[in-house]
Amino acid sequence: MKLKKFTALILLAMLLSVFVVGCGNDAKTESEQPAEQSEAIKVGWVYIGVPGDYGWTYAHDQGRKYLEAEIPGVESIILENVPEGADAERSFEQLAQEGCSIIFGTSFGYGDAMLAVAEKYPDIKFMHATGLQTADNLSTYFGRIYQARYLSGMVAGAMTTNNQLGYVAAFPIPEVVRGINAFTLGAQSVNPDAKVKVVWTNTWFDPAKEKEAAKSLLEAGCDVIAQHQDTTEPQVAAEEAGKYCVGYNTDMHDFAPEGNLTSPIWNWGPYYVNTIQAVIDGTWASEAYWGGIDEEIVDLAPISDKVPAAIVEQVEAKKEALKSKQWDVFTGPIIAQDGTEKAAEGQVLTDTEMLSMDWFVAGVEGSL
Amino acid sequence: MDNTALSALLAATMIAGTPILFAAAGELLAERSGILNLGVEGMMLVGAAFGFICTLSTGNHWLGLLAALAGGGFMASIHGLITITLRGNQVVSGLALTIFGSGLSGFLGKSYQGAPMLFKFESLHVPVLGNIPFLGPVLFRHDPMVYLCILMAAAMWYLLYKTRWGLTIRSVGENPQAADAVGINVGRVRFLCTIVGGMMAGLGGAYISLVYAPTWQENMTAGRGWIAVALVIFALWNPSRAIIGAYLFGGIEALTFRLQTMGIHISSFFLAMFPYIATIVVLVLVTIRRRQDAGAPEALGLAYDREER
Repeated sequence: MKLKKFTALILLAMLLSVFVVGCGNDAKTESEQPAEQSEAIKVGWVYIGVPGDYGWTYAHDQGRKYLEAEIPGVESIILENVPEGADAERSFEQLAQEGCSIIFGTSFGYGDAMLAVAEKYPDIKFMHATGLQTADNLSTYFGRIYQARYLSGMVAGAMTTNNQLGYVAAFPIPEVVRGINAFTLGAQSVNPDAKVKVVWTNTWFDPAKEKEAAKSLLEAGCDVIAQHQDTTEPQVAAEEAGKYCVGYNTDMHDFAPEGNLTSPIWNWGPYYVNTIQAVIDGTWASEAYWGGIDEEIVDLAPISDKVPAAIVEQVEAKKEALKSKQWDVFTGPIIAQDGTEKAAEGQVLTDTEMLSMDWFVAGVEGSL
Repeated sequence: MDNTALSALLAATMIAGTPILFAAAGELLAERSGILNLGVEGMMLVGAAFGFICTLSTGNHWLGLLAALAGGGFMASIHGLITITLRGNQVVSGLALTIFGSGLSGFLGKSYQGAPMLFKFESLHVPVLGNIPFLGPVLFRHDPMVYLCILMAAAMWYLLYKTRWGLTIRSVGENPQAADAVGINVGRVRFLCTIVGGMMAGLGGAYISLVYAPTWQENMTAGRGWIAVALVIFALWNPSRAIIGAYLFGGIEALTFRLQTMGIHISSFFLAMFPYIATIVVLVLVTIRRRQDAGAPEALGLAYDREER
């Protein structure tokens, strides 16, 4: 019996030590050049995932690194893997108490938590990516990634041999639907017969599921795969099948060197620099930012050399049109899947219409 | 559905069923000896993390599998220590193991998230048989783990029903007092079965992180451990039925997305709950028909204390 008690104690000690190590590692501080700069500013970051995902969080973290290189006084405090919901509030509270002047939250589901903490700390500025609610000290920011998706759709539409494109879709919410529609319109602009088959995974990051979904699209005959999730697995599935693919979030070329055609990408760095500069200058004001390709917050990764030069030229021309704001993706005529006309010739969908999009354009095969 | 689509679906079924079968066969062995281990999900996760990290750092996926065996076995030994040596509550310990495993694997794998796996299992293309139309791609063009898994489950059946060892294991699970009386070391048999069961769960986890989707992601087993627990009941504690059940449940998983591409819209959430509904239905039917318990080992979940009568 003595021995058993002893082993039980050892076991308990082992468990405790794991937890202690685990907790101690939670927040890591990265300071580039502390203190000596007069404009030292503490910036808090709450990530939904980890920077190693090569997707959404990775893109934000690249933005943070860019910011630290551009403005030397920035000191970052990062909380990774913070789940949406009640727990998130504590994380924002923690960063507020550690003296951050401005805190970025990078997931849609942080909205309520950020609003609550922002109310408690009126002197601290809060930045909510993809969010909807603003307050005096709470901004939302997002980019018109659909513009980059349109361009990637042009590439995909030109490269398909059987007019069947596949789209591994995340959740049936306006952001994702808008992306699918833009991709489809882009494909149809160069290839009127192009169809886009949609499969929902109901995940943001589940490598096994997303690969399986991509495989099912490949088996159904699709020869270009696009995706919305934060993994690289759909790219890998297409590469293994010897088919083409279009990435998302970051340039995913390295994960499918043969098959990857391009990726709509996020480029948060310049926006983060502008924001922090505004805080330092005292010009920061709450806003609902939705920047386009003209402000370089979204972009298209380099196009694969497998794509004919004529297509690349067309894509570049459209990109210039988007940059000049002469033209936008959802310019009529736009026909929905069920045949109704959503925008007449020349009519452009408003931001509100785009932000609440819950219908597919004609040519999408799938349901909401 | 044409032939190619059907054969692709069946091939995907074989792969989706493999991690479930590994874990379920292991759990079945433990339960046959009387130890209910609800920590399958945790053991799979630790196996997946160990396997992934070891493969990435050594460059050898067979070493990765060994690490997964060790990880699963280590987790199971904690369960053994608590429930066999200390005679703790098996349900509580198992649940704790699941939570612990998810935390431990997440902690260990943190810096490996999203790291691409460069060392992959090549699929075998069995000569001659692999060229048979339809059956070739379905049965004979998989990675070695798929076949290893079926062999293991079949061996498990042979072990349990055709050998003296099997009789020993089953008697310990049915009536430990009687087994003890004829000189069997109940604790040792149970410990062994629990650890081997954990090792197999570890292999199942490693199959996901090394072959199925070669990457590491927190909680990437995504409930397959619980499906394995349900499968043991669904199979009424018989390895041969577990093989059928594993591919049935795997087929459901493979079907989820393929239904969508075919334009048939059954909610993926409904398909996700199918394994559990099927298990409940089987349990109900069997209990009605036999008018008794469903064939679970008599002493399942009960700690054995030779001084208690």
